[in-house]
Amino acid sequence: MSKIIALVGNPNCGKTTLFNALTGANHHVGNWPGVTVERKEGQFRHGNEVLTIVDLPGIYSLGAFSEDEMVARDFILSGEPDVVINVVDATNIERNLYLTTQLLEMGAKVVVALNMVDEANSRKISLNTGALSRRLGVPVVPTVASKRKGLEELAEAAVSLMGLAPKRSRYHLSYGESIDAKVAELEKVVHVEGLVYPPRWVAVKLLEGDEHVLRMVEGSLSSQELENFRRVYEEVAAHSSDLPLEIVDGRYRFVHAVTSSAVRRPSEGVLTLTDRLDRVLTHRYWGLPLFALIMFAVFQLTFALGQDLLGGLVAGGVEFVGEALDGLLLRVSAPDWLRSYAAEGLIGGVGVVLEFIPLIVILYMLMGLLEDSGYMARAAYVMDNTMRAVGLQGKTFIPLIVGFGCNVPGVMAARTLENKKDRMIAILINPFMSCGAKIPIYLAFIAAFFPEQGALVMFSLYVLGILVALLMGKVLSSTLFKGDVSHFLLELPPYRTPTLRNVLRNMWDNVSGFLARAGTVIFVVVSLLWVLSALPAGVEPYGPESILGRIGSLIAPIFAPAGFGNWQAAVGLFSGIAAKEAVVATLGMVYAGVEEGIELVSALQGAFTPLTALSFLVMTLLYTPCVATLATIRKETGSAKWAVFSAFYSFAIGWVGAVLVFQVGRILGLG
Amino acid sequence: MACLPLTSLETGMHGRVARIAAGHSATRRLYEMGFNTGADVVVVKNDRGPVIVGLRGHKVALGRGLAEKMLINTEQ
Ligand SMILES: Nc1nc2c(ncn2[C@@H]2O[C@H](COP(=O)(O)OP(=O)(O)OP(=O)(O)O)[C@@H](O)[C@H]2O)c(=O)[nH]1
Ligand SMILES: [Mg+2]
Repeated sequence: MSKIIALVGNPNCGKTTLFNALTGANHHVGNWPGVTVERKEGQFRHGNEVLTIVDLPGIYSLGAFSEDEMVARDFILSGEPDVVINVVDATNIERNLYLTTQLLEMGAKVVVALNMVDEANSRKISLNTGALSRRLGVPVVPTVASKRKGLEELAEAAVSLMGLAPKRSRYHLSYGESIDAKVAELEKVVHVEGLVYPPRWVAVKLLEGDEHVLRMVEGSLSSQELENFRRVYEEVAAHSSDLPLEIVDGRYRFVHAVTSSAVRRPSEGVLTLTDRLDRVLTHRYWGLPLFALIMFAVFQLTFALGQDLLGGLVAGGVEFVGEALDGLLLRVSAPDWLRSYAAEGLIGGVGVVLEFIPLIVILYMLMGLLEDSGYMARAAYVMDNTMRAVGLQGKTFIPLIVGFGCNVPGVMAARTLENKKDRMIAILINPFMSCGAKIPIYLAFIAAFFPEQGALVMFSLYVLGILVALLMGKVLSSTLFKGDVSHFLLELPPYRTPTLRNVLRNMWDNVSGFLARAGTVIFVVVSLLWVLSALPAGVEPYGPESILGRIGSLIAPIFAPAGFGNWQAAVGLFSGIAAKEAVVATLGMVYAGVEEGIELVSALQGAFTPLTALSFLVMTLLYTPCVATLATIRKETGSAKWAVFSAFYSFAIGWVGAVLVFQVGRILGLG
Repeated sequence: MACLPLTSLETGMHGRVARIAAGHSATRRLYEMGFNTGADVVVVKNDRGPVIVGLRGHKVALGRGLAEKMLINTEQ
């Protein structure tokens, strides 16, 4: 078995960047705390050894508060890692070393990767790595993960630690006389076989009130030892609620002793770029409008570049491939059904989804720019007041923004919320955040009905999604999930120039998912529906008498009050539960089959009016999430109940929204 | 000792953390994030919304409810 290296460090210190650089993987990187929420494994080669490296969510300490932190804590304490690479942000060294002291106390074999030394240099922070290394008693390797600097040396240092026995007894951090006495007392009764950690560390964790360690200890003691342990534990930990805080102070004292001579920062007083940007972007009045403006600009640019400039590119390609394919099939005298499957199913269905790729590429690149710049945390900051009004806190907004890309990572990002109520609500309202897979639906309808107002329509849909999410947040926090509004606590990282690599990687993350779905789920759905549209034998394909038509006609009346009671729309919405792009793929196919060579756009113009198009868009924005999201909701909440709940309540809300739009529109005389 | 809640400090003011009187786990979290006894803080923004605090060259935003419970010693 290959040796395992764990990447451990504070949030946003560059762990994933380092992981990607070492393994060649392409995991998500962003300039905000909490990007990584699960453990990810990878391999890399050093010399002729292949090593396994594990990227983990960021943590401030080993006492975990939230789900993502538990993932990291559990892995660190599992005993699996042979060596820990402790990534330390050189610009914030004191707080980062706080975690280091805990790793050292627990007897881990640690290499410190002193990352972001480039930024430390430009901020005139002088670091003496030799002194740091001597004082900590572990190798310290300066790195710049984003520029792949110091990786060789780091790997070398990690590998050379592997053969060595852990230096257990070296760290006797002193917490002051009274606490040290308690630790010594407790140490005696936790000294048992089977526990892989230094007893001293276990004792300290117990005094800190760490439940996880307490369970570990209790699990490994015999009943007699247990009794003895409990007696002593109660005695030493009694009436001293400040004990955990004093222990934190003790560790910081140690850190201070380590850094006092090894680190020198310039006295403050210089206004950094970050300060200047924040004056504007977090301004008490302009902050929120600026956020809206930034989002609107993103959509404008997306349309200008993605649609007007590059829009025809893929569409032309798809058309070309379609003609070539048909020509080929003709030449080999393929049967008619195969030709119609190729033209309607593949080109009309799958192909129509692909046509929207340029726009999606641009949108995700712009979002990636925002994410890697550091603006994400500011968005949460300016939203705090609004979120508070609906019973949530600003940080809850971060998983919602992640949901703009795809609701699956959006739901998972809710792990970073410490409060159970916040987390549940963030999960359940996440699907209202319009995900990338819905974009082709919007674009098809925009092209048919609102070609001049594309950006505005898209922006309005996204805003409507946010508003409904907030409204439902309010409803949920005053019914199913009552409780106090939790505290807002978030680190605001310095603004950084986004790197091309990160922006492209995050864009590709989304676009590749999009392509993969087109080749799998969408392909399967379209093929299946194509078959259903031609059966039973003898019916007119895509007619109301086909199986597909009958199924559609069965559901369609539900949507009559929303103005789109035709069976095609019903089938489209239904297939969208498999994956949202399938809505457009299905519509593309069924309409392509009706009339030879008819464009989706003109088919939509025939089947919808501007008003019913709007109500249909509102429905697609809000209704039942796709199966992948539902499965993630199940996994993250630990219960199928919430997935079912999500499926039905979103459907109801989507329906109500669509009906409202249509009925109000009609009264206003828009229909 | 002049101890004031963080919320009543004006932008630009310095001080040292004297005590945090928030809930158990919130206090602990703040301590571990570096707001431990004696930590040097500077108020970067305190008008509306969460207070932004500078801590060793980094910025942390704290909701007002939390900031109110952080007592700062402003005597240098
Ligand atoms: N200047 C500079 N920036 C870096 C360096 N390493 C990483 N970054 C940037 O720091 C930010 C955070 O990087 P990540 O790799 O996502 O950090 P992480 O530790 O995985 O963060 P979480 O998963 O949220 O805990 C990104 O914007 C990176 O581009 C470095 O050595 N120098
Ligand atoms: Mg990460």
